[in-house]
Order: sequence, then structure tokens, then C-alpha cells
Amino acid sequence: MHAPLSWKAGGLLLGIVFFAAVLLVKPIGVSTQFVILDGILWDAVDGTVVTESTDAKSGYTSTNPYLAKSGGKYAKSVENPLNYSFVFVLALIGGAAISARLRGGVEKAERTMPAIWRVNFGDAPWKRYLVTFLAGFVVLYGARLAGGCTSGHMMSGMMQTAISGFIFAAGVFMAGIPTALFLFRKEN
Amino acid sequence: MSSIILAIFIGAAFGFALDRVGATNPNFIIRMLNLTNLHLMRAILLAIGVAAILTFGGLMTGVVSPEHLDVKDAYLGVFVGGVLLGLGFAVAGYCPGTGLAAAASGRYDAMIFVLGGLVGAFAYMLSYADVAATGLLEKIAGGKATLGTVAGTDYPALFNIPGEVTGLIMGIAFIAVAWLLPARLAGRKSDAATVE
Repeated sequence: MHAPLSWKAGGLLLGIVFFAAVLLVKPIGVSTQFVILDGILWDAVDGTVVTESTDAKSGYTSTNPYLAKSGGKYAKSVENPLNYSFVFVLALIGGAAISARLRGGVEKAERTMPAIWRVNFGDAPWKRYLVTFLAGFVVLYGARLAGGCTSGHMMSGMMQTAISGFIFAAGVFMAGIPTALFLFRKEN
Repeated sequence: MSSIILAIFIGAAFGFALDRVGATNPNFIIRMLNLTNLHLMRAILLAIGVAAILTFGGLMTGVVSPEHLDVKDAYLGVFVGGVLLGLGFAVAGYCPGTGLAAAASGRYDAMIFVLGGLVGAFAYMLSYADVAATGLLEKIAGGKATLGTVAGTDYPALFNIPGEVTGLIMGIAFIAVAWLLPARLAGRKSDAATVE
């Protein structure tokens, strides 16, 4: 098993990207944009969710306390999706798609589930899909509770020597390592 | 408008780098966490180290503006949320950023993960007021705290030493750990050159 780049080359590239983001704009973060997309969809179904407000610092507020918090900054992003952070995540998707295509894509069997899953839990796709759906739920709920994810808290946080970044990373690895050791005992 | 152009370039570079380092492949993430392949762990440590050295070197020389830093609050929910993320991270082999990037690379399970993520984020939006009422979101360690005192910011510091010093030392330490870590810590030693 090998990645397109060695850990040295890949780590250097990733480090330069995280630095470039801080140099030019602000630290990288991803998980907030799940909330923004949810807000966009919710507001499309029910237009009363996000409204303009002269009382709010951002000029927007929401009936949802989470979107309305911090002066309505999330509410504002929901109303104006063409903002830096949202476009950043769209571009992330594009950049990954281009890279994957240039290296010949992901082979067919791997697309349904990774080999490490198959060797431990069999190759029923529904099982993998059900579990990844639930995992996605827990991961994003946790990321929002923490106020950031692997990108925003762990990478961007620790590179700034943020205490919150170290606390977050401790939680991730204290839960993640025993879970993976328990679940994935067989190698392929 | 220029911020949108920067978003496109930096975002695309980030997605590209995630895929090239192997972070869109859940085999690497799961095997980092079950300690049978530390490729990604070493890459992440090196990345944080390089980014920290460049950032704090840049702050010292005035190349990086302190206003560009953005330190997040510390509170108990950061740890609890990290634990939740860690559980799902280990089971699926995806986190929010790599899940999106893996979905873009053509992995169907990653697309399902992203859907689950959208529902999970929505559940948090609906339960936010109740979560706040538990006190989990109350700041600890001074809130937006850093290891040392970062000049040009009003972040409280854990240690009364210049932030540039702690930043550079931490960066060097992370790179050293990346170098010293073995290829694997658990399981059989003959690293299978299979998969992919």
C-alpha cells in the first residue's frame, strides 16, 4: 500500500498549503460549511429561517439559535454562499477530483469500501454504507460541538499553538486509536 | 472578489494535497489509527511542523500579519467533540475534509459519509441551545489561548514566553517526531505492499 507521495513530500506539500492559507487569508477550516449548506437547503425550503436584521452585527439573523449566534455570521453566509469559506470547500472538492483523475482514479472495488473494511467485515455494500452514514453523523455532530474538525482544530489549531487544538487532538486520538485497534484486527 | 479567487486556488491546492498524501484513502486513515501504517501520521506531524515554523518565522520577520491568525476557543465540548469525531473517524476512515475530498475522488462510501455528515451537522444546529445549557461550551484555559504570548494578538498565553519561541520549538518537535516514528507500531512487521 503506498500513497502517491511519500510522507515527506506529502507532509511538506500539506504544510505549505496550511501556511499559504494563513499568509494570504486565514487558517483552513471545513466543517462549518456543512452547517452553511444545511442552512442554504433549509432556507430554500422555508424562507423564514434566515432573514435580514438591522439588530444583528452581520445584518442577518435566524430563527435557529446556532445560525443566529455570534451576530448572525453563519446566517450571513447562508444568505451569501459566494463567500471565501464556502467557495474554499467547493474548490477543495474540485482539487481532489482533479488529483484523483490525474492519477487514474480509484479502482472499482475500492470505491464501494476500503480493502481494510472488506477483510474485516465482508463485502456487503449496505453494511459499509449504513456504518459510514452513521459515522458521518457522529463526526459532524462532534466537529460542530468542538467548533472545528481535523483541519480547523487539529492542523490549523496546533500550527498556531492553540490550546484548543491540542485538547481536540487528544480527544480524537484517545477515541480513535482504541476504536480502530478493536475494529480492524485483520490486515489484508 | 479577490478573496473568491484566493478561495479557489487555496481550496483546490488543499484538495489536491489531501488526495496526493493519501488522506482520501480510508485505508491510510484506519491504518494510522490501528497503528499498522504510520505514513499519514508522519505526514500530518510534518505538515503541522512545517506550517508552524513558516507561520511563526513569518510572524517574527513581519511577513505574516498577526491578524491572519484565528485561534479557537477551548471548552470542554472541544474534547467531547474530539472524542465523537475520533470514533467516527476510526470507523469510517473519513473526517469532514477528507470525506469531501474522497467523495470527489469517486468513493461511494465517502458520498454516504458526507450525507450522514450533513444530517449530523443539522442535528447539532437543532440541539445547539440544549447543548449550550449543559455548560459544555463554557470557556476553559482562558478561551482562545496559545502556548506562548503571540505578539500583535490579545490571545492569553499558557506560558509567559514569546509565542514565536514556543511556535518554532513545537514545529521542530513535531518534525522530529515524524522522523523518529517507525513505519508501524502494531501488528506484523512485514508491511504488505498490497492494496491499490
